[in-house]
Amino acid sequence: MTVTTPEAAAAPRRRRRVGPKLLPYLLSLPALLVCIGILIPFFTSVFYSLQRYRLSQPWARQMNWGENYLNLLSDPSFWNTLKVSLSYTVLTVGVELVLGLGIALLLQKRTKLNNFLSITLLLPLMTAPALAALMWKLMTNPNFGVLSYFAGVVGLENFKWASSPDTALFTVVLVDVWVYTPFIMILLLAGLRSLPRQPFEAAALDGVPRTFVFWRITLPMLMPYILTASLFRMLESIQQFDILYAMTQGGPGDTLTVFQVEAYLNFFQSTNVGRSAALLLILWAITFVISNSFIKNWLRLREKARGET
Amino acid sequence: MEHTSILERLLRAAALTVIVVFFMFPIVWILLMSVQTNATILSDPPTLAFTPTLSNYTALITGQLDTQAGSLNIEFMQNLGNSAILSVCSVVVALLLGVPAAYAFARHRFRGSEDIAFTLLSFRFAPPLLVVLPLSLYFQDIGLADTYIGLIWVYQLICLPLILWIVRGYFEDISPDIEHAYRISGHSWLATFRKIALPLAGPGIAAAGLLAFIFAWNNFVFALVLASADKQPVTVGALAFVTASGIQYGQIAAAIVLAIAPTLALAIYAQRYLVEGLSLGAVKG
Repeated sequence: MTVTTPEAAAAPRRRRRVGPKLLPYLLSLPALLVCIGILIPFFTSVFYSLQRYRLSQPWARQMNWGENYLNLLSDPSFWNTLKVSLSYTVLTVGVELVLGLGIALLLQKRTKLNNFLSITLLLPLMTAPALAALMWKLMTNPNFGVLSYFAGVVGLENFKWASSPDTALFTVVLVDVWVYTPFIMILLLAGLRSLPRQPFEAAALDGVPRTFVFWRITLPMLMPYILTASLFRMLESIQQFDILYAMTQGGPGDTLTVFQVEAYLNFFQSTNVGRSAALLLILWAITFVISNSFIKNWLRLREKARGET
Repeated sequence: MEHTSILERLLRAAALTVIVVFFMFPIVWILLMSVQTNATILSDPPTLAFTPTLSNYTALITGQLDTQAGSLNIEFMQNLGNSAILSVCSVVVALLLGVPAAYAFARHRFRGSEDIAFTLLSFRFAPPLLVVLPLSLYFQDIGLADTYIGLIWVYQLICLPLILWIVRGYFEDISPDIEHAYRISGHSWLATFRKIALPLAGPGIAAAGLLAFIFAWNNFVFALVLASADKQPVTVGALAFVTASGIQYGQIAAAIVLAIAPTLALAIYAQRYLVEGLSLGAVKG
């Protein structure tokens, strides 16, 4: 398995002109066209978000500038959306990081069994999230679901999983953890296996306690990988739609109306295009801020990690 | 690390067992459900003493579903076909567009190249609905509503950035010297790209293509918004099927098995490529 180490990635790229000047532009033209084709709907969304636009009242369509945003900010349901989205993100990414790191450490040695297990654990990640939600829906069905039965066995009679407001969030987080933990595991395993061996050999020779090695050597060296993995997961998690929609369509009540689900319902149920677009743009702004701050930190950390090795 | 105590080994084994059970149980259980009759499924407590039946699968494949309310026609096989068409075409299009562009980005620093590359990457960070919802309003006007072509174009949102970033990484790892030597000996630029660069980056392109296929197959939200019933892939079709067939749980389980089987089979068959593509795409991207 080849994983580029930070050093290799930072190696200076040689610049050679292999063709006429126009060629690179020609080659990247299709990609550029697709770019433009995607930017158009994006700006359309920005435009819609500044309008009073309901599909049910096309005659009343007009510019209202920031009104959609102001209405959102004074609406408790928006703050509920923000709260649910953030709790979902923090819970899923937190649990997946700890679990993924733990599994990666367990499978670190390159043995046949470990390689086999890491492939096996990849399967949930290859399952479509929407279908994974349906699988768990079947397993948590109150009448015949095997998990409902197990809950009863351990004394949780009438455990309602996703159909009760108290446990709905727990249930979808569980599905998300099931699907996406392998992603973090794979990244961190690649990271662990590409770390230089000398510091660990030296520590073993000196008889440094293992917990100390973990906190002071392994973790700091893994940090760039951990940051990359959590960035990817955070961006996906705060935008999660498939699992929540397939499981409960945002219910029960409004317990699971995360950003994208809320925007979808606003668009198709209340046909309020302006409000839906405003919600999505706020979500986009949040992801933009998160990814930018992450990338800054990541570069700094990479410098640091390189400085130490 | 050589001095592992017995206790530690036991703990490790126990932890790994719990992990494997947690991650494998749902897949195994759905498989078991798909070969049970409804009567077995509804038995309380859940039982493993049953004779497996393929009736759920035959019902799905023939499209004849017998419910209490009479017979119901289902189009699940069409959904499978749609998934295949959409994923394969999207990956082919993304490779045709993405591989040359990736090569250009890896080999040339030209004005705006970083901007294009970063814009494409930033699509990964834009909420899909932000792009898809406005499209659903004007797909009608440009004649792309409910066509495979319209959907395949939207699927480029997932496939193209993925292929661009991973393949670019592979091209950057190849030393340009070989290409340069080949050029100096009088070959055209195109021949160099075809005979040298492409074969060397072949494994990387395969890895990227596989990943893109799996992501396309697993996509749910694009088709949910843009596709009508006869163009829906399995992800959307299965959800519709759950609401339509009510309590035919065995058939629902069989439908899910058929829907996830292709990606899982691919994952097992090409696991090395996948792991490579995943780690490289994430670590470099």
